[in-house]
Amino acid sequence: MSLVKLDNVVMEFELGTFLSKTRIRAVDRVSIDIGRGEIYGLVGESGSGKSTLGRVSLRLYKPTKGRVIFDGIDITDLPEGKLRKLRKRMQLIPQDPFSSINPLQTIGEALIEPLLVHVDISREEAIEKAKEILEEVGLTPAEEFLTRKPHQLSGGQLQRVAIARAMLLKPDYIVADEPTSNLDASIRASIVKLILEFQRRFNQALLFISHDIALVSLIASRIGVMYLGQLVEEGPAKSIIREPLHPYTKALISAIPLSEELGVERVVLKGEIGNIANPPKGCRLHPRCPFAMDICRREEPPMIEVTPGRKVKCWLYVKR
Amino acid sequence: MLIVEDLYVKYYTRRGTVSAVSGVSFTMQKGEMLAVVGESGSGKSTLALTIMRLLPRNAVVERGRILLDGIDVLKLSEDEMRRIRGSKVSMVLQDPFTTLDPLRRVIDQFIEFLMEHGLDRRSAEKLALEALESVGIPKTLAYSYPHQLSGGQKQRVAIAMAIALKPSLVIADEPTTALDVVVQKQIMDLIDTIKRGGTSVMLITHDIALAIERADRIMVMYGGEVMEIADKGTIMSRPLHPYTQGLLASIPRLGSDKIPESIPGYPPDLRNPPKGCVFHPRCPYADERCRSIKPQLIEVEKGHWVKCHRVVKA
Ligand SMILES: Nc1ncnc2c1ncn2[C@@H]1O[C@H](COP(=O)(O)OP(=O)(O)OP(=O)(O)O)[C@@H](O)[C@H]1O
Ligand SMILES: Nc1ncnc2c1ncn2[C@@H]1O[C@H](COP(=O)(O)OP(=O)(O)OP(=O)(O)O)[C@@H](O)[C@H]1O
Ligand SMILES: [Mg+2]
Ligand SMILES: [Mg+2]
Repeated sequence: MSLVKLDNVVMEFELGTFLSKTRIRAVDRVSIDIGRGEIYGLVGESGSGKSTLGRVSLRLYKPTKGRVIFDGIDITDLPEGKLRKLRKRMQLIPQDPFSSINPLQTIGEALIEPLLVHVDISREEAIEKAKEILEEVGLTPAEEFLTRKPHQLSGGQLQRVAIARAMLLKPDYIVADEPTSNLDASIRASIVKLILEFQRRFNQALLFISHDIALVSLIASRIGVMYLGQLVEEGPAKSIIREPLHPYTKALISAIPLSEELGVERVVLKGEIGNIANPPKGCRLHPRCPFAMDICRREEPPMIEVTPGRKVKCWLYVKR
Repeated sequence: MLIVEDLYVKYYTRRGTVSAVSGVSFTMQKGEMLAVVGESGSGKSTLALTIMRLLPRNAVVERGRILLDGIDVLKLSEDEMRRIRGSKVSMVLQDPFTTLDPLRRVIDQFIEFLMEHGLDRRSAEKLALEALESVGIPKTLAYSYPHQLSGGQKQRVAIAMAIALKPSLVIADEPTTALDVVVQKQIMDLIDTIKRGGTSVMLITHDIALAIERADRIMVMYGGEVMEIADKGTIMSRPLHPYTQGLLASIPRLGSDKIPESIPGYPPDLRNPPKGCVFHPRCPYADERCRSIKPQLIEVEKGHWVKCHRVVKA
């Protein structure tokens, strides 16, 4: 059974001034589910709605339409008071650790705060737990890190603190939103491995958001691909990489440096990403797609299941 | 075409002196693309700004020489430098928003830039439109405001301005870091065409996979120093510096099953760089000599330079 289930989720934001409001649909009718202990990789163009979807799944945003189910409970309309009990079971690891940790707090304070809020323990016990987790994420000697401020740490060290804080309460569900894209290449892998260690230990469901499809393919069991607010392809990680179906997925893989060796059909898209405030009619990729047919310009393609677990939203695969 | 010799640049700050570039030497040929790779804080941008003579006030060039087509760049007056900037050497930044005034039309800014270099308004407008068209920006977009352009289009405008006066060297400092891979590919293809037109390109990036895919030669920097320089084939097949080896092992490979390796530890604090080899605290092979004596950059085979005690000249 799935731990996290998003059912036809829509997330709209209102932009602009009092007089001229526009609504943008950052996420448009997306359904995914993630099982206990499963790693789901979410990839897609910048601005395609990945972070928004991640936040909806944590119920940090309340979706405009659709349902969010966590561990069998419909949390879509749950008031904040009731959500709080569930909050400790779901955590976010953000992209930029410098903006997620209060610059005025010491690392120690940042770590014991969630413990004191969610668990019934004394300050001393909380400090002990904070030390333990710092050692587990490799920040030793822990005593020394407890008293430091964020600006006294490197980006990589601070991301370890952010991971420590997310994992303190042993959550069942983690959203890691581009957790390594602000870090140097030489330390990225160590951060990913650290997240995976906790994921295995606590058998967590993990939504791993990244535009690095190569990295995602190495750790996720399933991958979802987003384009302009919509999920356009989903399937087992290996088959998405070896045999991408959607033209956008093909273009994404073709664009990765050194991807020739994979032998995937090279697809080059024309022009720029469409405008989310006014998305193209029909298939949202059609103005850029080298395979666009008449129907693509007129009608939105359905998401079809080509083989069990392998879905694609593209007219090329609709048998007529 | 470009010769950089024994360059040292420091920043003076309240919290100490930062040795941002230390003893950097290399050359570039006409029409080649040299990728400068290295992680955050390794001194890549400082090197670029020194060549452009655009360092901030708290920076000092302590030592070294930069020769661009025979011109001793560090000896030029501000006026002479202003004439060369844009016409002989130009730069494309990671974030073109910072170089474009949000309140003025793209074309007006472009024309002004060209008029500063001595063109009259009519020929400036003509040249600007041509340059914009060559990077895929149609006339309608040329007359719009920067905020009406996407990130990729802004970067195209920046490239058009950088190449309009046909400089011999274009320095692109992380030109695609703010863009996603599909747009990155379009921009890199564009930079490739500039190179094929005979302009030398210095591509600054922390993405070694991108460097390998695009550049002719690769220079690896760490802690403000050059660790290794070679053509890209050599870097891929026979990387000699342990840091280069670590960077190559950190690339996630499509279709592989293994999570890439990482280099243990963190980058050095350049206010207080490690003694001996700057890389020794993170190096799996470091011994006593590495901890006490700084290695020299030596040419181990033709065109292949390495700064490591373990490597001896063949
Ligand atoms: N709080 C918000 N208010 C208004 N608009 C928003 C908000 N959050 C996101 N958006 C808009 O929604 C769209 C999707 O944004 P989102 O951050 O989810 O994309 P993303 O796929 O995570 O992109 P990136 O790869 O750049 O992180 C964008 O057009 C963005 O500007
Ligand atoms: N204006 C400045 N004042 C003081 N120190 C600076 C200044 N600019 C850069 N530095 C320091 O100089 C060193 C080299 O920085 P530089 O920006 O050249 O590195 P980089 O390789 O371009 O890094 P990145 O990949 O993050 O752009 C770093 O330690 C940095 O903190
Ligand atoms: Mg995002
Ligand atoms: Mg830089």
